[in-house]
Amino acid sequence: MIGTIIVALFIIVAIAAPFLAPHDPTAVDARAILAAPSSEHWLGTDNLGRDILSRLIHGARWTLGTAFLASALIVTIGVTVGLVAGYVGGLLDDILMRVVDILLAFPSLVLALAIVGMLGPSLMNVMLGMVAVWWVDYARVIRGLTVGMREREFVTAARCAGAPAPRIIARHLLPNVVPSVIVLATLELGSLMLAISALSFLGLGAQPPTPEWGTMLNDGRAFFQRAPQLMIYPGLAITLAVIGSNLVGDGLRDVLDPRMKR
Amino acid sequence: MAAHLPRYLLRRVLQAVPLLLGVLVVNFFLIHLAPGDPIYLLAGDGGDEPYFAAMRQKYGLDKPLPVQLGLYLLGVVQGEFGYSFAYARPVFEVIAARLPPTLLLMGVSIVLSTVVGVWLGVVCARRPNSPVERSVLVATLLGYGCPAFWLGQLLVLLFAVRLGWFPVQGMVNARADYEGLARLSDIARHLALPVATLSVLHLALVTRLTRTGLREELGKDYVRTARAKGLPTPSVVNRHALRNALLPVVTVVGADIGTLFTGAVLTEIVFAWPGLGRLLYDATLSRDYPLLMGIFLLVGTSVILTNIVTDVAYAVLDPRVRYT
Repeated sequence: MIGTIIVALFIIVAIAAPFLAPHDPTAVDARAILAAPSSEHWLGTDNLGRDILSRLIHGARWTLGTAFLASALIVTIGVTVGLVAGYVGGLLDDILMRVVDILLAFPSLVLALAIVGMLGPSLMNVMLGMVAVWWVDYARVIRGLTVGMREREFVTAARCAGAPAPRIIARHLLPNVVPSVIVLATLELGSLMLAISALSFLGLGAQPPTPEWGTMLNDGRAFFQRAPQLMIYPGLAITLAVIGSNLVGDGLRDVLDPRMKR
Repeated sequence: MAAHLPRYLLRRVLQAVPLLLGVLVVNFFLIHLAPGDPIYLLAGDGGDEPYFAAMRQKYGLDKPLPVQLGLYLLGVVQGEFGYSFAYARPVFEVIAARLPPTLLLMGVSIVLSTVVGVWLGVVCARRPNSPVERSVLVATLLGYGCPAFWLGQLLVLLFAVRLGWFPVQGMVNARADYEGLARLSDIARHLALPVATLSVLHLALVTRLTRTGLREELGKDYVRTARAKGLPTPSVVNRHALRNALLPVVTVVGADIGTLFTGAVLTEIVFAWPGLGRLLYDATLSRDYPLLMGIFLLVGTSVILTNIVTDVAYAVLDPRVRYT
């Protein structure tokens, strides 16, 4: 419940950012450099005199938007691979699962970091790096579920009725894995946001002056001893967003997929 | 059950070999096909095309990729991991030099967070719905949700900059040349904040898993039997229920040990800790192909090996799990 409220608030803020932000997030103000919080700048300003609150509000678009988009891509790839490997089986299954095994032999963030480091810093590449690494979790889980369903009566019935494999996968298997996918995706959204902000924090993600939260943390690093607000607030924003989506994920799991309860 | 163990182990290790080969091949192409050319690093400042060509030839970068891969694999089999471009030293030496700091940091963190996490989990499970449990649960939510590197910076601000209790970064005080015990305590002081940073997530995870598992176990019939026999509560919890509750924790700790070598990359960067994670980060940015391959080989091997060990440990701890 609390989680839903937090997430809803963040989404509203992201959508309504231009109307909510009191200042232009990239407007430089030489008279108010590293200013303390005031009625003009509620959370103070950064090293270029930019309003931190406005940057945070616009940052919701970048950070959450990237996480949602990456999540959508990851789910699409992971679920497709999982369904196909699980239903078709045989050699294709073997090959796909060996690829999964190989990718799982690395800590995800480390592999994503290496990929982004190679491709060069940009938010787009961060997304690519994460998608390239994160889909394997879904592929494995969904393949497991699919293998479990493959011999069930409704699938056999569909096969006997002459339904081709793509139709069986799309119309009969996919709807059955959707609840698990939703739960998994919500639970993973938090770790995606953390990873995105981590890569941005290393300077590999969104480039200044983009007000992405991880990038703001990176920008603030050099000044944080003099002006801690530069790092405290973006970090709080990330923490709140992650906690919100984790809570929603926990709640959804209890409702949609009690079997996954640990 | 125990009779199957050697055969099971042998099979798992044999399976690991092609997997590791696959890891190497995938890494090789990932690293070499990515944009960027290490020639600028090798040639230093300036240089013209003929010089570049000579350097490429010297380092074998002019050969077709499959040939380079074959040569690399041949070297690995013979224990030759190549020369780092950036450090101009054998990859093995460069990695070995960074190993102790990382192992120290990760080892202390994993042990500490596991022990404290299990303890907190037990405390929570034994006092359900108490204020203690609620505050611990809120704390674990925060531990899950906050970016560890950010928390690290805040710790630095509070404990190093404001209070001056701990050093801001590094592993040793560069200005002092401590020996013996003084050196140890110097390292320990430098270790405190990075370990705290690194432990938060793991601590939260272990605490929650222990709590959930233990609560479930405490509601089972065998616990009631033990209590009915008149066993004192500590004995029921620690000797009977906790053992069963800790199974999921084994998996989590295993996964953590698998990431021993590079799992601390962000913490190492924030605290300028001279470990492998930072080495990997630097090697990525400078396109140090042989060094990257070496680190990935180490990471891949450790993850695959710990997975095997975790599975075996699981089966030993839980007789219901069968080797297949």
